[in-house]
Amino acid sequence: MAKVTLKDLSHSYLEKQNSDIDWALRGINIDWKDGGAYALLGPSGCGKTTLLNIISGLLKPTKGEILFDDNDVTKLNPVERDIAQIFQFPVIYDTMTVYDNLAFPLKNRGLSEKEIDTKVREIGEMLELTSTFKNKASGLTADGKQKISLGRGLVRSDVNVIMFDEPLTVIDPHLKWVLRSKLKELHQKINRTMIYVTHDQIEALTFADQVVVMHEGQIVQTGTPVELFEKPKHTFVGHFIGSPGMNILPCEIKNGQINFEGKILPSNTSIKKKNFSKTQIGIRPEFINFSNEGIPVKIKRISDTGRHKIIETECSSGSIKVLAKASAQIPSGSAHLTFDQKYTYLYGDNWIIE
Amino acid sequence: MSLELKNVVKKVGIQTHIHPTNLKLEKNTINVLLGSTLAGKTTLMQIMAGLDKPTSGEIWFNEKNVTGTEVQKRNCSMVYQQFINYPNFTVFENIASPLKITGVNSDEIKERVGKVAELLKLSAMLEKKPDELSGGQQQRTALARALVKDSDLILLDEPLANLDFKLREELREELPKLFEDRDCIVVYATTEPLDALMIGGNTATLLEGKIIQYGKTLEVYSKPENLNSAKVFSDPPMNIAEINKSGDTCKLTDNNVQWKSAAKIKDGTYKIGIRPHNITTYKEGNNSVEINGKVLISELSGSESLIHFTKGNLNWVSLSNGIQQKNIGEDTKLYMNTDEFLYFDQNNRLVKHG
Repeated sequence: MAKVTLKDLSHSYLEKQNSDIDWALRGINIDWKDGGAYALLGPSGCGKTTLLNIISGLLKPTKGEILFDDNDVTKLNPVERDIAQIFQFPVIYDTMTVYDNLAFPLKNRGLSEKEIDTKVREIGEMLELTSTFKNKASGLTADGKQKISLGRGLVRSDVNVIMFDEPLTVIDPHLKWVLRSKLKELHQKINRTMIYVTHDQIEALTFADQVVVMHEGQIVQTGTPVELFEKPKHTFVGHFIGSPGMNILPCEIKNGQINFEGKILPSNTSIKKKNFSKTQIGIRPEFINFSNEGIPVKIKRISDTGRHKIIETECSSGSIKVLAKASAQIPSGSAHLTFDQKYTYLYGDNWIIE
Repeated sequence: MSLELKNVVKKVGIQTHIHPTNLKLEKNTINVLLGSTLAGKTTLMQIMAGLDKPTSGEIWFNEKNVTGTEVQKRNCSMVYQQFINYPNFTVFENIASPLKITGVNSDEIKERVGKVAELLKLSAMLEKKPDELSGGQQQRTALARALVKDSDLILLDEPLANLDFKLREELREELPKLFEDRDCIVVYATTEPLDALMIGGNTATLLEGKIIQYGKTLEVYSKPENLNSAKVFSDPPMNIAEINKSGDTCKLTDNNVQWKSAAKIKDGTYKIGIRPHNITTYKEGNNSVEINGKVLISELSGSESLIHFTKGNLNWVSLSNGIQQKNIGEDTKLYMNTDEFLYFDQNNRLVKHG
């Protein structure tokens, strides 16, 4: 078990770097506590797999250091780093039984039969695999196999970190629920440092205590799920987290006030700096209400998800989405919107102005 | 225009992949086939397209029997889960390919490709090769190729499954708009209930090679004819329990949770289905009933909280708005909105909604 520190980490797949876009990762600094549950969240191409490979030792970073418990492991290979990794597709031995699959990583490390049996039974119990111990792994369904992969990753107690690389991608929605909560439960029972890499916000937010959001090779925000939802520090976080994401619309700053759609928006921030190339307001669909006055909009489309209505409206600055209860009465044609001041943020060149 | 499956059956060896199926799809409709992996979605689509022949039964298109007519002679396009494009063609050439085959002149090709490219936000990429595009753009190219040729039937087989969460959300929202002014029948296969709700139109729920319900999407969602249809169309999974009704009192069979119901159904034993968002940490609706459970795990997604809990032998999920932090093993009080309960009889048929 270990805490993980990444210090000024940058990586490029090119020999020479001329500009920011030549870097797959730029200036990554992370401090992960021993025993925490963390997620790396971002779209394809954001650098999250590169970062994962650097932590596991498959890739050596161009710059910076990786520390496990303050020991520099930057130059160590994956085996020396003592890491368990679980991949998108199940990695198991089809010809072995479920029990032998789970026992395999322990046998390799020369544990006694008795120790192995205790551990395998403990993990098997947690993952509800005990009744299938004697079955050959080849006969199992995709999620059954993935459960074994998870078990093999979790069975060793001497690993520094357990890493999950999109482990639920191949799993049907109904079973995703089961496996996801299982994983969270396991984390709370065995208390190891876990790092979960995904593009799926729901998986990241529900699993992790702290989520690292990545965009174009950089960390744009690290925070709890609530922090990322309630106060995105970057427009990308606003857009990427939440479904639908945050509404982000152009605005102007005049005399230290926010001008939007010809109106002055009340604001929590005092705006001092002015030289931004663009300024925007951000407001989540959850924090907008229909009212008799406010921003005039046209109602374009209403989708009913059974639980909510998502109303797509349009003003001259662009489209604004509103989330309402499924039972809510929605005006038709034209309407007015008001924004909850507490959750209306101002962004200068995509970063929050506070 | 209509597409009709009459008593279609598909057997492979001794296995029945599609049980006798009757389905009539009308012109200008989007029809979602919703079911888990191996429910028969792809098989049905291949039969509709003429890529596969039914073992028995007929397919009628525009009141004409087309059973056995090969795919080339049907005016049909298909998009798959894997992004399929010609790697050595540019995006323009990829989209234009079906028009070239049918001998459309180059001016018209230019115009039609330009139009559909604009619709799918590909205008700036027409000269690029597929491998220079992101996954979302590659799938847009495949969609554009399906749209450009004015097909009578467009089949989309989990087209968004391989895309990032955010891209999926974006395309899912755009898809219904793409087909709004088209004279065609669209069939869309997915494992995700939310896909169906966002796309709207009609939905057929599938289970083990059978269509278990077909109707307007929101209708199928809110009034599932049977328990299986309710289960297929619920994410997170539906909570189910046996109850006894006596007079105006209903009671969970194995627990002392009871409520008044004005349901005009005979006294006796039923099953209820409760969607997770109808069990909340706060009261919703006018007729809520308390349930006390033990927290198994709680998951926060920023704006919502999922609390998995046990009550006697029940293992349920609740979904509340806002942040409701709960610890494992904690006793918790939740409220069930009885107005939203679904009641099923001994044969699992819906007898009462609400």
